[in-house]
Amino acid sequence: MNNNAIVELIDIKKSFGSQQVLRGVNLRIMEGKTTVIVGGSGQGKSLIIKHILGLITPDSGRALVYGKELNRISKKELKDIRTNFGVLFQNSALFDSMTVYDNVALPLRERTMITEDETGRIVNEKLKMMDVEGTNNKYPAQLSGGMKKRVGLARALVLDPKIVFFDEPTTGLDAAKSNEIYRVFSRTQQKLGYTSVIVSHDVPKIFKLADYVALLHNGVVRDCLTPDEFQLSDDPVIKDYVETTMGPLYSSEMEV
Amino acid sequence: MQNYFEKLGANALYHLNQTGRMGIFLFYSLLSIIMPPYKISAIIKQTYVIGVLSTFVIIFTGLFSGMVLGLQGYHTLSKFGAEGLLGSAVALSLIRELGPVLAALMVTGRAGSAICAEIGIMRISEQIDALECMAIDPHKYIIAPKFIAGIISLPLLTAIFDVTGIMGGYLVGVGMLGGNAGTYFSSMYKDVGFSDIYMGFVKSLCFGALIIWICASKGYYVHLNRGGGFGAEGVSSATTNAVVLSSVSILLFDYFLTSVLL
Amino acid sequence: MKNINIETGVGIFLIAGLLCLGYLSVKLGDVNLFGSDRYPVSARFANVSGLKVGASVEVAGVSVGKVSKINLDDYEALVELEIDPDIRLQEDAIASIRTQGIIGDKYVKIKVGGSEEYIDEGGELLETESAIELEELVSKYIFEKE
Repeated sequence: MNNNAIVELIDIKKSFGSQQVLRGVNLRIMEGKTTVIVGGSGQGKSLIIKHILGLITPDSGRALVYGKELNRISKKELKDIRTNFGVLFQNSALFDSMTVYDNVALPLRERTMITEDETGRIVNEKLKMMDVEGTNNKYPAQLSGGMKKRVGLARALVLDPKIVFFDEPTTGLDAAKSNEIYRVFSRTQQKLGYTSVIVSHDVPKIFKLADYVALLHNGVVRDCLTPDEFQLSDDPVIKDYVETTMGPLYSSEMEV
Repeated sequence: MQNYFEKLGANALYHLNQTGRMGIFLFYSLLSIIMPPYKISAIIKQTYVIGVLSTFVIIFTGLFSGMVLGLQGYHTLSKFGAEGLLGSAVALSLIRELGPVLAALMVTGRAGSAICAEIGIMRISEQIDALECMAIDPHKYIIAPKFIAGIISLPLLTAIFDVTGIMGGYLVGVGMLGGNAGTYFSSMYKDVGFSDIYMGFVKSLCFGALIIWICASKGYYVHLNRGGGFGAEGVSSATTNAVVLSSVSILLFDYFLTSVLL
Repeated sequence: MKNINIETGVGIFLIAGLLCLGYLSVKLGDVNLFGSDRYPVSARFANVSGLKVGASVEVAGVSVGKVSKINLDDYEALVELEIDPDIRLQEDAIASIRTQGIIGDKYVKIKVGGSEEYIDEGGELLETESAIELEELVSKYIFEKE
């Protein structure tokens, strides 16, 4: 059960104009696990997530979610698959003309038939879970970056999704705020048991959350390993990445 | 030389793609208008934005268009001693042409640009992607209410424009220049027929759909625009494009509709 | 509160717009919302040159209806008129086509008769005078002089 890959990317290639960003990405995301995608800026990490979400069609290669190829299925089937998703976008992507409450309530109102009272109860519960209660009537522009992320997280989790995507959840936040976000992550994942895919720069802190770490380099995923394996890997690229981001302290020579 | 043809081909392909996208956009929008559920509260809100907030500017422009028609018409007609026809001249030109066209142009400037910018910003800040990922159809949620509101608002705004214009013509032709109040209205009642009203009504319906279609789709596809479809600049150039394109197509369509309906 | 304001605004807008539309179509466009309660009367003319559908029908200079249809029937012009319900026309009333205004709009003038009998719905005005053509008059005048 736990070895099931619910998302599978096979040889995904994508270029914009003359610039090839993804040059054959292979990645498997295991059910119930947290997979972290790391890599330098501009390598196309967010692009990988957009392929899994079906927002972008690859030039070649296949993106399978629950065994279904996203760009081969009907709009309706895609919509059905997306009901399992919860997404936190890089810039939170809150609807700026709506209050925090309406933002979080939107998926409930549009996708379920529950009453407004019930909606209110769930929304407040989620907001409380993210420590942002009391902001109900504020607009996203009135919130700080960290609060926006947490509201975005509340919105992503409001329908109890099976797969959650976090695109750079802590970028632009100070250490205390990002620790807080991580705490919220592990707390909610324990509680809700979702599969998560996180794109992050925040190495090594993010390794504590990860079950698997995938390094994207030059348009390919070098390898997808557990955090320990990742830090001890012999792959020169991974080794180089580990050394530059975490310092030689964590590198394999010291461990030996 | 080869380079030149390459560029020409790429250009043609780009515009072809853009046209195709707009067609697909229209198809999905119309589909989501027809399919239930209907978002009544969103339609009311959009009617407020597109219709109610445009009313003042429509009354203002309508009044002055009518007044200038009264002024020009009176002086021209009095050369032939036909001041009595002023009412029907003002009313016919307003109802058949100026009402639908000017109201549509005003709505393009006021609401069309706002719609394009709003949707464009939602696109570049990933709000539309977010909707899609929540399995909410953006066409249903954002576009359809605007379409319906536009189709409701434009004929009503045009009617308001026509009536204030007729009053403006009365104000100048009768009030200021001393024409005959009775003949102003009686010539109007006699010469304006149902086919004129019908023509104006059909035109304004078409323009309503046209404005929303062009402005919304330009905003919706802002990220696919050539040469920096990103950020505030991308949205602003898309908005400019949308306003220019929809103004031009209003006038173009006006000719075609007139020739078909006449 | 904000919601109520929007709804009120939209309500006012819809009513104002519909009123304007109603004014235009009922008053100007001659759309009869409750079905026409005018009754039809027909008349035959030898010549209706210049008369158009929608032209007014007048009795003593007062508009009492309009021309609804003009057809050619047996080489004569069969004109259908719609007359206001409260106007009753005598059997021997005379319908004639006259010119009005500077640019020569044609209208149907009905000269009241003296009969006690009135025309029923769908009846026919038997006595008619055709349109007077200026050229014809002039040529006739010249012709007769010679």
